[in-house]
Amino acid sequence: MSPAVELRQVSKVHGSGPTEVHALREVDLSVRSGELVAVMGPSGSGKSTLLTIAGTLEEPTSGDVIIAGHQLSRLSRNDRARLRRRSIGYVFQDFNLLAGLTAVENVSLPLELDGVRAKVAQAAAMEVLAKLGLAERATRYPDELSGGESQRVAIARAVVGERRLLLADEPTGALDSLSGEAVMRLLRLASRDGVAGVVVTHDAQLASWADRVVFLRDGRVVDQTAPSPGPESLLAPGAKR
Amino acid sequence: MSIRHALLALLSEGPKYGLQLRQEFESRTGEVWPLNVGQVYTTLQRLERDGLVESEGSGGAGPQNAFTITSTGSDELNVWLRTPPDVVPPPRDELVIKVLVAMRVPGVNLPDLLQAHRRHLVQAMQEYTHLKSDIAEGEVELSLVVDSELFRIEAIVRWLDTTEARLKRLPARTASQGPTATPRVHRKIAGVRR
Repeated sequence: MSPAVELRQVSKVHGSGPTEVHALREVDLSVRSGELVAVMGPSGSGKSTLLTIAGTLEEPTSGDVIIAGHQLSRLSRNDRARLRRRSIGYVFQDFNLLAGLTAVENVSLPLELDGVRAKVAQAAAMEVLAKLGLAERATRYPDELSGGESQRVAIARAVVGERRLLLADEPTGALDSLSGEAVMRLLRLASRDGVAGVVVTHDAQLASWADRVVFLRDGRVVDQTAPSPGPESLLAPGAKR
Repeated sequence: MSIRHALLALLSEGPKYGLQLRQEFESRTGEVWPLNVGQVYTTLQRLERDGLVESEGSGGAGPQNAFTITSTGSDELNVWLRTPPDVVPPPRDELVIKVLVAMRVPGVNLPDLLQAHRRHLVQAMQEYTHLKSDIAEGEVELSLVVDSELFRIEAIVRWLDTTEARLKRLPARTASQGPTATPRVHRKIAGVRR
């Protein structure tokens, strides 16, 4: 099966001449369905650029982006927009919910914009909200929700419908540690359901929820963690667990 | 870790037998610190010698004897619970020493060295988080132990990040140039002599 998203030798240069900035340099990254990958690096390492390029919001200067087998550079503008609407969900640090819509309306909006009938879209939105433990908050407006609830609504919006790629930029940055943990549990749950997830962060605790952590420095992938050997290796000899 | 005070804490709930104390100690600490029964009996004997517990049986620390905390034992437990643990760092933190030494070793790529340690630590955090994600809601003791390890390791990762950022700001210099500044006075940082 082809990866959910693949970056091949992707470079991004902002500006030109003396003001030229290399945000990404020959980045290779491949994420399969069901895998949650964290991209970790300091400010200015290129994390957010990587996410916007993987999410088709920005084009690379060179290299290829392949989403669900489609090479983006070969798609028309309209096809690319359709792929973005249908296949990719975004989660941001500040939630980005529309204040005038209820939780369920926020979640159903991307489906309705894509032409799904309102009733069908709302039913799909309710189903995702219920799965994320928010059924009773569905008719609330964003200003009536806590930070943790708002981010869960944003995750619901990101995974509703046929979305197979979830991109998150510091999704727990505005939350206390237990609300942040709840959000990461949900992202992990979504990936177990077959969604490919990419989370960019500078936070090691957040990154540690991922199956694989990729380290970015000065626009380059410099390292990554090996797949987890499982928790048994942590415990002292003789420990029961 | 003080097994002595952990046993006093368990006995503060009522009289208990040695084997029972061992089982309860392990379950209360999330079963991450195994304890052998010999350690339990040796500790109980010392506690009895010091007047902090009493044995209800015929003396000695056999399995047939139940132990009770004395009022001196309760006082000792309360003082221990409220005494802050020592926050002075170990005299020579191995990772700090390695990084300081590496700064003087010709040919060492410091960002790569820091990254090798960062990867190792983040991998350990992934394992703890993996463990945490499997913990049932009721197992709060194990969650607390795992959180504590995660925060401890995270602090080291943040130190590595800060170290890398500080070194990046420095003008390039070679190992042969020696230290940037010699401390004129020997200052003490948290009990560590510079």
